[in-house]
Amino acid sequence: MNSICRLTPRHAVQQWLTRLLLLCVCSLPLHASAQEAEPAPAQPTFDELVSQLATGNLRQRAATVEQLATHQDERLADILNALVAGDLLASKDKPPVIAIRSGDQLTNALDGSDLTGAAGLRRIPVNNSLRTQLRGMVAQLNLTHPNSDKRYDAVQRFIRDGVDGETAALLRERQPTEGSGRVSDAIDAALALFDLQTGDRDQRMAAIDTLSGSLEQEARNALRSVAENDEDAELRSAAAKAIESIQGRIEFYRFIENVFFGLSLGSILLLAAIGLAITFGVMGVINMAHGELIMIGAYTTWGIQVLFPDLIEWSLLIAIPAAFLITALVGIAIERGVIRFLYGRPLETLLATFGLSLVLQQAVRTLFSPLNRSVTSPEWISGTLSINPVLSITYTRLYILLFGLAVFFALLLVMKRTTLGLKVRAVSQNRAMARAVGVRSNWIDALTFGLGSGIAGVAGVALSQITNVGPNLGQAYIIDSFMVVVFGGVGNLWGTLVSAMSLGLINNFLEPWAGAMLAKVLVLIMLILFIQKKPKGLFPQKGRAAAD
Amino acid sequence: MLTQRLLLSDRGGMLVLGLVLLTTIIVPILNLAVPTDSPLYVSNFTVGLLGKFLCFALLALSVDLIWGYAGILSLGHGAFFSLGGYAMGMYLMRQIGDRGVYGHPELMDFMVVLNWESLPWYWQGFDMFWFAMLMVLLVPGLLALVFGWLAFRSRVTGVYFAIITQALTYALMLAFFRNEMGFGGNNGLNDFKEILGFDLAAKTTRVGLFVASSIALILGYMACRYIVTSRMGRVIIAIRDAESRTRFSGYQVESYKLWLFVFSAMLAAVAGALYVPQVGIINPGEFSPLNSIEMVVWVATGGRGTLFGAIVGAFSVNYAKTFFTTFSPETWLFILGGLFVLVTLLLPKGIVGLFDRFSRKGDKQ
Repeated sequence: MNSICRLTPRHAVQQWLTRLLLLCVCSLPLHASAQEAEPAPAQPTFDELVSQLATGNLRQRAATVEQLATHQDERLADILNALVAGDLLASKDKPPVIAIRSGDQLTNALDGSDLTGAAGLRRIPVNNSLRTQLRGMVAQLNLTHPNSDKRYDAVQRFIRDGVDGETAALLRERQPTEGSGRVSDAIDAALALFDLQTGDRDQRMAAIDTLSGSLEQEARNALRSVAENDEDAELRSAAAKAIESIQGRIEFYRFIENVFFGLSLGSILLLAAIGLAITFGVMGVINMAHGELIMIGAYTTWGIQVLFPDLIEWSLLIAIPAAFLITALVGIAIERGVIRFLYGRPLETLLATFGLSLVLQQAVRTLFSPLNRSVTSPEWISGTLSINPVLSITYTRLYILLFGLAVFFALLLVMKRTTLGLKVRAVSQNRAMARAVGVRSNWIDALTFGLGSGIAGVAGVALSQITNVGPNLGQAYIIDSFMVVVFGGVGNLWGTLVSAMSLGLINNFLEPWAGAMLAKVLVLIMLILFIQKKPKGLFPQKGRAAAD
Repeated sequence: MLTQRLLLSDRGGMLVLGLVLLTTIIVPILNLAVPTDSPLYVSNFTVGLLGKFLCFALLALSVDLIWGYAGILSLGHGAFFSLGGYAMGMYLMRQIGDRGVYGHPELMDFMVVLNWESLPWYWQGFDMFWFAMLMVLLVPGLLALVFGWLAFRSRVTGVYFAIITQALTYALMLAFFRNEMGFGGNNGLNDFKEILGFDLAAKTTRVGLFVASSIALILGYMACRYIVTSRMGRVIIAIRDAESRTRFSGYQVESYKLWLFVFSAMLAAVAGALYVPQVGIINPGEFSPLNSIEMVVWVATGGRGTLFGAIVGAFSVNYAKTFFTTFSPETWLFILGGLFVLVTLLLPKGIVGLFDRFSRKGDKQ
């Protein structure tokens, strides 16, 4: 029985359970099918056992818990966790309704249905000895959970709560069978933390060495206390050195995180500006209603979710083409109705489209409401990807970054590889000549404007996931978008990409020491000064096309 | 000679100025001398409203001067207007003295809230009226000088200029929203008590401010008229119509534009300084890009490039705004937005152009 020498009855039970659970994990498919085929009549089912939790005295409850542990059921961990925390509630019915409380929300422990607001639910009482028993079980359950994320969380929880001899033994037992590298590393760190407190000198030395590779806050704390208070000078200096190397790595990951946030902000700017890069950059039309087209795209997402409440998971994928179509049509209507009369008079175009933006805003306010609409995020887009304890990335931002780049390259492809793109470029370079060779320039104008507007709508779908969807959504982006296009160089798609990303990065690196608002002001001032220096942007158009 | 140039050859302008002058004389009499129950009585509210419109008209004049005559579209004139307003507001705040909520002899209420120890350096001197008035002109003037110098020197024109001026006022708005700036943050400057020793709540002070605004408008109009009819004015119109050709003829296009821009900014600042004591508040919202672009619509609606058209536009659009925002606030943005589109599409010369078309006597540039 390896490292544990003192076997208390509780330990014996625990180890027996561990064995059993391991066995269950290994034989899971077989076990499951066996259960389906011939339900053992004597053995109470999992659901019955859970119901029994609400009845009887504490001793009976302890017995029920032990029986529960023999069931391999994925709901078990949640139920036991809630029971320990005092968040498991039961009603007085027969059989009782068992609910798990998290914050203000109540969910049925067995079928997962929403019970929020239900009355008559009472906490299932637990005492200290039951709590200790439960903690051990929960820890084991989680440590042997088939999902590696669950196992990782369990080890993390040990590290946070402090590792004692009992858990150290558990971890040591688990260590050789652990398949996931991430979990195995975490176990190493947890064991090193334990060794650092209790081991002999060599073990502690080794522990410091292990911990120098860990990014946990607890590892740093433990090392710091060794570096400051330990009697052994060698250990102190080793710990200090370890802290230094950890700090260096943390700095590095912070930097990576900053870069990622910068790029993520950049991708948002890119999405907002890229449609403008077509209408303003290629056609030379100042469309001040661009922001409102983004807004329409965002409202389309909301509309799709309202119309098809069952398809929330798919709503974004439906909204992308829908928003593209709707905003493209609105854009074509704007072009045919207003802008085409104003070609060659950019200042008038600016004013007229600004008027349109006011009308569109007010229309949304009157039609829907001046209040923000709530757009739900589908499951697959929410959550965070935590790479290590210092660096975690939200999926929303990651997807928006990828989406922004995808839209960019799709647009690039359209402009460079399709007939439409060819004609668009021809008209923008030399309208008369393009007409002479048979391009219907009016038609192309409308389509180009529709394309730029459609992309604004698609951007709106993405933005609906990170900002408030309200009538003022567009206004917040219009100045930034123009800045991006002007900074990148009018008429240059690559310039737009580079400028959006660099503006995002600059903004994000200025923010920590200047504050969000001042950072924005500084970026604007920098841009204003930059335009003085290079009025045509980072990548000015060259050759004949550049002539006014 | 000068009267001929300024007055007689400008019939539309004389008509508008005559109306302004008439209002300036009649409204104070009807407000002060007529009993309140008489049907001829002009209420305090109307006096305040007309005073506001006069400031807006001066502001519109400053926009028309550079847009209508030099072809420089500034979407950031609200910045100069607000800076002038803030300078005046700072003077008015210093006049409050220890009558603030916290009763501090020197610090403003919002500074006490922020736990500031002493008055920041840029608030020094604003207790003196002459200094504050100097700052009303100097601060926006200097900003316009630096900004214009940078912009015109690198030949930023047309829509690019419009967009960076919009960014300028946007940046200033964000900056003034910050509490640390020391201008009252979100709430701005308000709760003024008196100006030059006169109680701001008193009827006579309000009428005094109304008359001052009206005189400022008339003088401003004369100054603008003087500029556009001078030799310099002709060069400026030439720049508007053919910038390169003017440059190749040997004129320093940049300096002409720059001085006109600075003058226009100062005019806007004066309008702001007169506006603030009449409405009793100045906050960062005045910097918002929408305000600046609204000014352009006043000019476009009235008729750009005529000066008096700007006054007509400012009065009519703002009258409509007051009417609709009290009568049915929902429709106002539809109307304003529609105005932008209709005026640019159908009425490129504005309301004034409409009259010209009927009378067939267009004597315009």
